[in-house]
Amino acid sequence: MSSRKEPDNPQQDEATPKNKFSRRGFLSSVGITSGALTTGLLEPEAEAAPVAAKVVGPGEVPITLQINGKPVKISVEPRATLCDTLRNRLELTAAKRVCDRGTCGACSVIVDGKAMYSCTLLAIDLQGRQITTLEGISTEKKLHAVSKAFVNNDAQQCGYCTPGFVIASKAFLDRNPNPTFEEVKHGLGGNLCRCGTYVGIRKAVLEAAKELKGGSNA
Amino acid sequence: MISQQFEYSAPATLQEALDLLANEGAKPLAGGMSLIPMMKLRLAAPEQLIDIGRLRELNYIRREGEQMHIGAGTTHWDVESSPIVRAHCPLLSETVSNIGDIQVRNRGTIGGSAAHADPSADYPAAFCALEAQFKLVKKGGERVVGASDFFVDMLTTALESGEIIAEVIVPVEQRGTGVSYQKCVQPASGFAIVGVAVRVSSEFVRIGVTGLGAKAYRATNAEEIYTSTHDAAKAAAVVADGADSNSDIHASASYRKHLARIYTQRALKEAASRMG
Repeated sequence: MSSRKEPDNPQQDEATPKNKFSRRGFLSSVGITSGALTTGLLEPEAEAAPVAAKVVGPGEVPITLQINGKPVKISVEPRATLCDTLRNRLELTAAKRVCDRGTCGACSVIVDGKAMYSCTLLAIDLQGRQITTLEGISTEKKLHAVSKAFVNNDAQQCGYCTPGFVIASKAFLDRNPNPTFEEVKHGLGGNLCRCGTYVGIRKAVLEAAKELKGGSNA
Repeated sequence: MISQQFEYSAPATLQEALDLLANEGAKPLAGGMSLIPMMKLRLAAPEQLIDIGRLRELNYIRREGEQMHIGAGTTHWDVESSPIVRAHCPLLSETVSNIGDIQVRNRGTIGGSAAHADPSADYPAAFCALEAQFKLVKKGGERVVGASDFFVDMLTTALESGEIIAEVIVPVEQRGTGVSYQKCVQPASGFAIVGVAVRVSSEFVRIGVTGLGAKAYRATNAEEIYTSTHDAAKAAAVVADGADSNSDIHASASYRKHLARIYTQRALKEAASRMG
């Protein structure tokens, strides 16, 4: 974890303005990036427009993503994954890049209410979708009920898988607010913890389910 | 890992998509659950990706007479949560709920899984047992191919260049048919080390096997023995005969064959108990 540089990612080299969720602190600029004026050809509203069939890339393409309820304009290469775009360009680093091939779940985000692997989604393909990252549901000042339950149940050791687990648990509980232990186990099968804290995680999710039904956390 | 550079297009209609796919070097992208990891690993390096994942024309589930028609762009979750599929094609519901993880099921599509033809994918076992048909389309052409001809080899299908799956067609299950999908799961990836899909009624039995060889297949020899004996153990004993079994760190060839026999027996027994 000492080096966070990912030299194989050309996007990393660009000085892109970062937003307020900065945790790395090595770039001080504040504010959401506003790329070149978009042509509008890939705006969400243009889904059915004839210009949509235009071929773009392989260079950067201006796009707009809806992240945590806010429109974010950015230019990305078509090959940029959502995970890399969030982490390297937007300083939203809760989604972790671990297996990078859609298996471990550390990069989980919620897209239109459904948990998905952000490492296996192209950012350009998510225009018009509602993207929710952990930063959008749980902050240091106001922890989400799932985050709280993870703390209460010691549901982590190294913690690197935790953001993915929390967001996947949130999506799971939205779909199944009253799960059994077995349903939790099956429902979170897409997230792996190499420290093996599954027992605590499953207890935490059941606790959060009770808490959320009590209405103490939106 | 980051994939090679490519051009991208998100056509608004199937016709536009087929026009673009007629270009050499173009490849369709649906959910991307297999293609994107393959591109990162440089196992695939298309020059142009044509995004068909948003086409509403490929996203539907409907019953027409004695057949279910499922658009190729329908996600695993939409199949899994469909009351129509559960009522009329329970084998598909059961199989799809076993695919990978929820993150994959939320995004991956039935057509994408079939076109990728992973030898350990779950769907192909059900496609074989259901004798599914695939409606394939390309610029200026359309044809229907049965599952036994569609799956050709490991990651290889009957799809031609520029051609995509438009629809998967499966039969509406008749009353008195019991179904089951039994799978030995690889816990990290969720893939099937071996998976066996069975449909059984007083009139017929169908057994589809995935994970054992390079491609999913219908175990007709085991079906014949079950038809004449109604003995799950005897039928299961021959299910892997003649199969060129895969071998990897998760399971050797002989262990995979053993698993195929065990899971066939389980699936036959469970399906028979559900004949109702």
